[in-house]
Amino acid sequence: MVNEYHLSTPLTDDVVKKLKIGDIVYISGIMVTARDEAHETALEILEKGEKLPIDLKGLVLYHCGPVAIKKDNKWQIVAAGPTTSMRMESVEDKFIEKTGIKMVVGKGGMGKKTAEAMKKFNAVYAVFTGGAGALAAERIKEVKDVYWLDKLGVPEAMWVFRVEEFGPLIITIDTEGNNYYEIRLNEVAKNAEKIKESLKEYKWT
Amino acid sequence: MRILGITEEGLVGIFYEMIKTASTSIPADVYDGLKKAYERETNQGAKKQLEAILQDIEIACSKKVPICQDTGTPYFFIEMGEDFPIRAKIYKAASEALRKVTKEGYLRPNAVDPFYKKNSGDNTGRYIPWMHFDLVEGDDLKVWFMTKGGGSEFPSTLIMSEPIEGFDKLKRGVIDTIVKFGPLPCPPLIIGISIAAGGDIAMTLAKKSLLRPIGERNSDPNLAKMELDLLNEINKLELGPHGFGGQLTALDVKVDYAYRHPASFAIGIVTSCWATRRSSAIIHSDGSWELTSKHILYNGTGCTIVR
Repeated sequence: MVNEYHLSTPLTDDVVKKLKIGDIVYISGIMVTARDEAHETALEILEKGEKLPIDLKGLVLYHCGPVAIKKDNKWQIVAAGPTTSMRMESVEDKFIEKTGIKMVVGKGGMGKKTAEAMKKFNAVYAVFTGGAGALAAERIKEVKDVYWLDKLGVPEAMWVFRVEEFGPLIITIDTEGNNYYEIRLNEVAKNAEKIKESLKEYKWT
Repeated sequence: MRILGITEEGLVGIFYEMIKTASTSIPADVYDGLKKAYERETNQGAKKQLEAILQDIEIACSKKVPICQDTGTPYFFIEMGEDFPIRAKIYKAASEALRKVTKEGYLRPNAVDPFYKKNSGDNTGRYIPWMHFDLVEGDDLKVWFMTKGGGSEFPSTLIMSEPIEGFDKLKRGVIDTIVKFGPLPCPPLIIGISIAAGGDIAMTLAKKSLLRPIGERNSDPNLAKMELDLLNEINKLELGPHGFGGQLTALDVKVDYAYRHPASFAIGIVTSCWATRRSSAIIHSDGSWELTSKHILYNGTGCTIVR
């Protein structure tokens, strides 16, 4: 049974615990971007025992490097689809633990380490349609802030977006540690074995 | 004496239009393929992805913004008529057009020096744009532009096979490649496959085959059958849009080849994401030109296919 949810930040443990793999979610509120370098920068700060420029508790983390332009001294987001989440797999568990983020949004799924952290700290992972940069930008209503822009540049900086009905987001890791892509890709691999068998019969020479 | 009208400046303007069109307006054949798939898809997860994809395409074309924030690496495939008046300066004109388009926000700066890690900021740099030339008779310049996303480059695979096992390794290699990378290259994909003597030839021809519109079959009936057979089998994988299952893992399969060496059977496999962005044009020596690729355009209320 697939459910559809329209949620606002900050997200609570009770809300995220309801979300199951396959569910569709639309988010309104605050989404914060971080790719590789913003993860490293944030963790360096947190490990020193210092505070991040924004309290991420209950917010949504977005793996995204936007196309942004500055017009009349205000930032405009032109395109902002997700980037490949697996690049952050080695550090995401720590990020979840130390920031209290409740949802991670990206593309392509994440691995075992992240799934375990999500189970332990009550967080979920959701996929936004890869490549749909214009659709994402349309749902980003305001750039509230941007951190570490000088140091990291536009795609790698930490952007704070106010979003409305940001989605469709499909839950692919839930708080029980279920991983949708792991199950799905096993099915695909099984199909592949059958297909390779039947392809043996084809001749094009 | 003929009056030669095309200028370097004119060429910059034509390339500018081609790049901007490719980045913001999806080719008609890709739109058609995605729309038809959306209409017939019964898997709800896959349908949701296709719906978001179609919405994205329509927003990009109505607002003239990039379809995807990864606006790719620029490739030019050129058939240069031997009597076309501008030749050596084509590269300079293409670079100039890229700088202009990037400055206006239609392309994200994506050219990075691998040693010094510096982003040039304008999508030009050593060997970028990448250009492939074929010299042909006549006085026209035919140009195919493609901007190729980073994620869909990951599955690029070269298999150097023993000739006896060539076709077996090709069949297995294509399926294994798609399964290995799963949702990462943003399926539904267009898959280009080529056989050749050398690895470089196989990869180049496979990449070039992605320029052919979806549904256009190889002129050799045997190769046309191979394209369709592989397409049908790949779509039985049920990987589907972004890995959510359903009938559409690949929009099309393109096959090409060069004569191989008796001892070598190089197999090149490349993929393009659903956001396949390309445009083509014919430029005449008098300076006139036309876009030869069809794209979707916004007509005020919705998106239509306009040549």
